[in-house]
Amino acid sequence: MNKRLVWTKKDLLGLEYLSVEEIEFVLYTASSFKEVTTRQIKKVPALRGKTVVNLFYEPSTRTRTSFELAAKRLSADVINIATESSSVKKGETLIDTGRNIEALKIDIIVVRHDCSGAPNILARSVRSSVVNAGDGWHEHPTQALLDMFTLKEKLGRIEDLKVSIIGDIAHSRVARSNIWGLTKLGAKVTVCAPPMLIPEGIERLGVRATTDLDEAIRSADAINVLRMQFERDSAVAFPSRLEYFKKYGITSERLAKCKKDIVVMHPGPINRGVEMSSEVADGKSSVILDQVTNGIAVRMAVLYLVANAKEPQA
Amino acid sequence: MKCLIKSGRVVDPASGIDEIRDILVSGGKIEKIAKNITDKADRTMDAKGMIVSPGLVDMHAHLREPGREDKETIRTGTRAAVRGGFTSVACMPNTEPAIDSRGIVKAVKNMITNGAACNVFIIGAVTARRAGKELADIAGMKAEGVVAVSDDGSPVSDPLVMAKAMKACEKAGLVLVDHCEDKALSGNGVMNKGFISTKMGLRGIPRESEYEAIRRDIDLAGKTKASIHIAHVSCKESVDIIRKAKRAGVRVTAETAPHYFSLTEDCCVTYDTNTKMNPPLRSKEDAEALKKGLSDGTIDVIATDHAPHTDSEKDVEFDFAPFGIIGLETALSLSVTELVDAGVLSWSGLIGKLSSNPAGILGIGRGSLKKGSPADIVIIDPDAKYTYSKESIESKSKNSPFIGWELKGRAVSVMVGGDIVMKDGRITKE
Repeated sequence: MNKRLVWTKKDLLGLEYLSVEEIEFVLYTASSFKEVTTRQIKKVPALRGKTVVNLFYEPSTRTRTSFELAAKRLSADVINIATESSSVKKGETLIDTGRNIEALKIDIIVVRHDCSGAPNILARSVRSSVVNAGDGWHEHPTQALLDMFTLKEKLGRIEDLKVSIIGDIAHSRVARSNIWGLTKLGAKVTVCAPPMLIPEGIERLGVRATTDLDEAIRSADAINVLRMQFERDSAVAFPSRLEYFKKYGITSERLAKCKKDIVVMHPGPINRGVEMSSEVADGKSSVILDQVTNGIAVRMAVLYLVANAKEPQA
Repeated sequence: MKCLIKSGRVVDPASGIDEIRDILVSGGKIEKIAKNITDKADRTMDAKGMIVSPGLVDMHAHLREPGREDKETIRTGTRAAVRGGFTSVACMPNTEPAIDSRGIVKAVKNMITNGAACNVFIIGAVTARRAGKELADIAGMKAEGVVAVSDDGSPVSDPLVMAKAMKACEKAGLVLVDHCEDKALSGNGVMNKGFISTKMGLRGIPRESEYEAIRRDIDLAGKTKASIHIAHVSCKESVDIIRKAKRAGVRVTAETAPHYFSLTEDCCVTYDTNTKMNPPLRSKEDAEALKKGLSDGTIDVIATDHAPHTDSEKDVEFDFAPFGIIGLETALSLSVTELVDAGVLSWSGLIGKLSSNPAGILGIGRGSLKKGSPADIVIIDPDAKYTYSKESIESKSKNSPFIGWELKGRAVSVMVGGDIVMKDGRITKE
């Protein structure tokens, strides 16, 4: 990989928009920040004097906390703004909010929004950097980056790995970002879901789709198990949690038929007994807590890179 | 006052003319079309190298007055029409209040008299308040002068109400302009359902929501013997269904809008809300099927579905933006590029779709240059190239995905009832 890559992206909106080299460069940068997070003093002055605003239109604890910690460990100042897009709809628009925040002389807006494409629209309207912390069903690039970082850490590479993404693919931004990132880096990706939750045309993103869980995981090097959101869009597609667990839940019995060193990931928060059993979640294949730890290093890398983006050369 | 239009290529599909001719206009009417007219005129317009045709007729526009004058008024909307070469516009009744009674039709007629730069014909609502429950006073509105009825934007979902509406239209001798959409199938969709919506993570509107509704209403039209006109056809299956129905003798006509054959769903990928319309932009294959439908006569009309929205309404998340784009000022150019230059339609074929056909469907006595017809005339420079800029837009709203496009073919002068309302690209009315 090119360790001297000149970063030119002011925003991180999705992995669709990054090149292979850029994705590799974020992961490489993250690995040096990971070392920082293991020190006694977990803070570097890389973004001292910069301000990061977490603008969250959707409730989130872990992603927001992770971004906040990442920013603080880079010595940036952090402001958190939590709001609801429905109430904002009646009052100030996203663009107005973005411009007002920018008028406070900040540097980076980390945005989480329930509408797909909201970060794209925001990024066009402000000069500050915009980092997508998850938009609708569209992308959640830092989650996919930390998933890939963890995979690389555990299995040494991404290329040629067989990775299966399991769960509500249709309504998952984590799935889409993982698909973009993994396929770009040469992994062989399978998506597995009940038929109603496999979105139209997903194969055109370079993945294989199946409804058969056992077949999807049998030869997989890693599986990424998505959170089922029965309270939201997934509801219509499946009769009940129990039924889902029976057909699509990851259990020790199922894992026993898989590769011995299979890596089990989950973006969290887990519904124990829905998408996976507690035994699996806490078992030896699970890297779920490593993902959380790595999230900080990856987000430090992203914040650092976008804050120091150079003007693209013509 | 006599006006002589010299040496233009006169394209008048209603009389089968496509030749160099002079046109003499007198008393607001066409007095004579011939080679080398030598009569004395008060004014002579040289149309050499130009196409001279009946003024364009848009049978599907939203002029927003009354109620949403922040988006458009009859004055600004008709100025946009004139800029685009249109001399007649039919305005949709989804105003506030809806045009659903004689009284409101009367009121809108007054607004037209006071503000319009070209002819405006009124389309009344099918149901009271466009709510899809009880019928509006269709016969009464007809007596007051409406040229069609439509619940455009809020399709009548109850089939019994629709059947009753068709019977009422048949009796009143009015065409029903039908926005065909099964809202249950569309759900909260915001763009075409398919690979692109999957990639973008946006809710899709499936093609079935259009063509299944068309199928139902064609069935009902066959049974009630009503004349229906299918608005804004966007997908291949719809074209096939309409083609078959026409062969079977159903009294059905159809329109599409320029954006459906000029753009595809691929344009949505930047989340530009000016690519959000209903029905949504579809695939390349659909655009091709629409062109085929235009060339074989399945689709009779090109209408704009001019749908002005303010910047502040459109500058929001894709999910929250209203559907629709303005279209009066770009329809002709896009049609010239996509249809005439591409060999889909002849000039005569195009003018048919943009003038005589919609005029015929609405029965408004326009769209023809025959002797004695009202002198609604457009002079078009078929080779004029220009960049469509936001600053040039006459419409009060600027919601167009075509801003910045290089376009070709443009109306230069427009006459409405013998009055010159645009001369050499400058609107002279008021």
